[in-house]
Amino acid sequence: MKQIPAPLLTLTVGVVVTLVSLWVGFNHGLLPEQASAQSVLVDNFFDVMMVIGTALFLVVEGAILYSVIAFRRRQGDDTDGLPIEGNLPLEAFWTAIPAIIVIGLGIYSVQIFQDMGGFTPGDRMPDHGTMIAQSPDASLSGLVPEGAEPELLAKSVYGFGAPLEKEGMAADVEVNVSGMQYAWIFTYPESGIVDGELHVPVNADVQLNISAQDVIHSFWVPQFRLKQDAIPGKDTELRFVATKVGTYPVVCAELCGGYHGAMRTQVIVHSPSDYQSWLQSRIAQAEPTTPEAIAMNPTDMTDTEYLAPYGAEMEIDHQLLAHLAH
Amino acid sequence: MAQANITSDMMGQSFPHPDKWKWYHYFTFNIDHKVIGIQYLVTAFFFYLVGGVMALVMRSELATPSADLVDPNFYNAMLTNHGTIMIFFWIVPAAIGGFGNYLVPLMIGARDMAFPKLNALAFWITVPAGLMIIASLFFGGAQAGWTSYPPLSRITANTAQSMWILAITLVGTSSIMGAVNFIVTIWKMRVPSLKWDQMPLFCWAMMATSILALFSTPVLAAGLTLLLFDINFGTSFFDPAKGGDVVMYQHLFWFYSHPAVYLMILPIFGIMSEVIPVHARKPIFGYKAIAYSSLAICLVGLFVWVHHMFTSGTPPWMRMFFTVSTLIVAVPTGVKIFSWVATLWGGKLRLNSAMLFAIGLLAMFVLGGLSGVTLGTAPVDIHVHDTYYVVAHFHYVLFGGSVFGLYAGLYHWFPKMTGRMMNEPLGKLHFVLTFIGTNLTFLPMHELGLKGMPRRVAMYDPQFQYINIICTVGAFLLGISVLPFIINAIWSWRNGPKASGNPWNAKTLEWTTASPPIIENWNVLPVVTEGPYDYGHTPEPTEVSSS
Ligand code: HEM
Ligand SMILES: [Cu+2]
Ligand SMILES: [Cu+2]
Repeated sequence: MKQIPAPLLTLTVGVVVTLVSLWVGFNHGLLPEQASAQSVLVDNFFDVMMVIGTALFLVVEGAILYSVIAFRRRQGDDTDGLPIEGNLPLEAFWTAIPAIIVIGLGIYSVQIFQDMGGFTPGDRMPDHGTMIAQSPDASLSGLVPEGAEPELLAKSVYGFGAPLEKEGMAADVEVNVSGMQYAWIFTYPESGIVDGELHVPVNADVQLNISAQDVIHSFWVPQFRLKQDAIPGKDTELRFVATKVGTYPVVCAELCGGYHGAMRTQVIVHSPSDYQSWLQSRIAQAEPTTPEAIAMNPTDMTDTEYLAPYGAEMEIDHQLLAHLAH
Repeated sequence: MAQANITSDMMGQSFPHPDKWKWYHYFTFNIDHKVIGIQYLVTAFFFYLVGGVMALVMRSELATPSADLVDPNFYNAMLTNHGTIMIFFWIVPAAIGGFGNYLVPLMIGARDMAFPKLNALAFWITVPAGLMIIASLFFGGAQAGWTSYPPLSRITANTAQSMWILAITLVGTSSIMGAVNFIVTIWKMRVPSLKWDQMPLFCWAMMATSILALFSTPVLAAGLTLLLFDINFGTSFFDPAKGGDVVMYQHLFWFYSHPAVYLMILPIFGIMSEVIPVHARKPIFGYKAIAYSSLAICLVGLFVWVHHMFTSGTPPWMRMFFTVSTLIVAVPTGVKIFSWVATLWGGKLRLNSAMLFAIGLLAMFVLGGLSGVTLGTAPVDIHVHDTYYVVAHFHYVLFGGSVFGLYAGLYHWFPKMTGRMMNEPLGKLHFVLTFIGTNLTFLPMHELGLKGMPRRVAMYDPQFQYINIICTVGAFLLGISVLPFIINAIWSWRNGPKASGNPWNAKTLEWTTASPPIIENWNVLPVVTEGPYDYGHTPEPTEVSSS
């Protein structure tokens, strides 16, 4: 093609496009605050795609705009353009480049996905399964989602599990999350606390066991870059480390009825000492006011009752909290 | 070799048809593919306006963070019916039913589709289906989104939901009838002188579309039938309390509905491949690449559906397998984009309304495609799934990528269909308003989604109000933008300057007959003497076209 610009011009355009794309990729400011370990991974990946995407966008849109201006028909010119029907090297080139880019992105996303813990949901379950199987204490069964067979859990859990270095290990804090029209109920199996907001300590390895009572809901914390549907009849989980003290929205992302948009609450990431005092205050509060709490959450009555004796075993909690405070 | 020994025009004489159809023929069970094509186009455009009004109701509601304009359940009914109507009663019928029926026989030199009565039947079952969708609003309206996931769809507004299912099943049946018809027609009814590698790319696209429809539609029908039984007859396929599996529905649904995205876009790609070379006055660049990439998209498109389910009950290996297969679809799509851009390059572009819409499509589809790549990767999709980022993406693809293509096709073939030219200044006004409106409405939505606004909500966090107001203003601009088009279409149809048989100097066969084509298309069937895109070659004497 004769119209290909001089090499120097091409080079200049290439450099400008590269610089602009790099700048856009790392300064787009489109993503909210990063508040979990996973969010950093996702954002890096997104930024890389922004760089590539911006470059492709500029080149293709540039070519379109250039054509519209440079090759528009002049007044009185009724002739045809040059009959160029193909160009094998060029076509091979622009098939190969996108192919390489997407394969690269594919490999990168597998890597990110693994670092996020995407390959290990349900991972720690077999350990618990054995522990529970060995334990004669029936009250411990509250640790696993109701009605689930310990042996089957490893296969049927969806979501995000432990990050690579924690594979097979139990989380520091475990919370059962139940979605219902139109609220999230958070239950702390170790203390029996039931709350409408999620409280977690910063920098702790937190495990959410997600279930749904009526329809599908979806648990999403934009600042954590994590989302997992709560599916009736299926166990799902999310495991994350919140890295920044603060209050973040918990959003329901799956259409769950008329008031889907109102199904919002908060996750409060505490410093370890704040978390401890929150726990203590909730436990102190919960003991005498249990009946009212139950009355307010009728659907949780069985859960709470079930877990009440276990919540009294404060030794475990003290150990855990002491560990977290370090 | 191209031989001119076609003598089948005798059958033209034996038909008791009038020479030209009167307006009232368009309201009958007419078996002429051109009548059916126009019936589809007009009906689909009517539904487009209905779906558009629903969109404006939604956008008005979203001007403020609280649900103060309409009842939230009604909002969800609007949402569900908007999505359903736009997909099943606008894009698919207009692109496949309308343009496909009108153009395929003309482009391959046939007198009609292979099964004309089946064709008419296929159209006439979409009409009651569409009316049923509208009627369902009087029974509360289906509220579970166009995806209608159980358990929500099983427990809300049962009558309306059942009507919704029946309507979709009817359209699905119609689309299977159409698919069979297109495959047989293209395979068997080309004039002998038209070889596969000379067939217009629109016909290649229709072939790929039809194969896809044939494979995937029955699966949707199966899923919806099971859901219908769950709702009305107490079965429990998708009822977890009785051992059903809600994720199974999602697999059945998306096995159809992801390919459905290509059903919508492949015919549009076909339209692009016809419009661009004519108005760029250049042969299409990479004919084979475009033809084969349609087939590649059709094939790979059958293996990507789980990317709609990354946050659902999807095991890790599936998330990864479908990430990679999804990314691979970007390659043949990219090939098409580059080929069109290369067709523009070095051409003599006639920037009339048809061409502007085609170039507009190209410009918008680039962005829709790029955001699609980010969505295809599981880690990013998990963050933005079911948010306004997705809404932005699919409207760039569906509005920018489909509606622009349909408009390009309408402006391009209007002279052929009606025998009249459209008004150019009005057409350009239409384009400018639509282009600005689309970007104003949907570009800011990317940010909304990334920052944390979920989709399908009637009320939202007040921090997002500012961006939502921009989107709402854009939506009303889009609403206004159809006015010049409607005025233009109606006025030009009646009073526009008369169009010759080939006003654009195009090379495909439909331009070798009169505008509008006579019944049975040609007196003497045409003989293919040059390729469909032979622009800029040394002129040869034009082929037989007596009328
Ligand atoms: C007038 C221009 C349009 C406007 C202002 C508009 C606006 C909207 C809005 C506000 C939603 C709800 C988004 C959500 O919360 O999920 C929506 C959903 C949707 N729109 Fe549009 N839209 C327009 C045109 C189109 C077109 C042309 C198509 C397709 C051909 C389309 C297909 C859809 C689909 C499939 C949904 C999803 C419905 C669902 O979630 O069930 N829209 N649109
Ligand atoms: Cu919800
Ligand atoms: Cu919801």
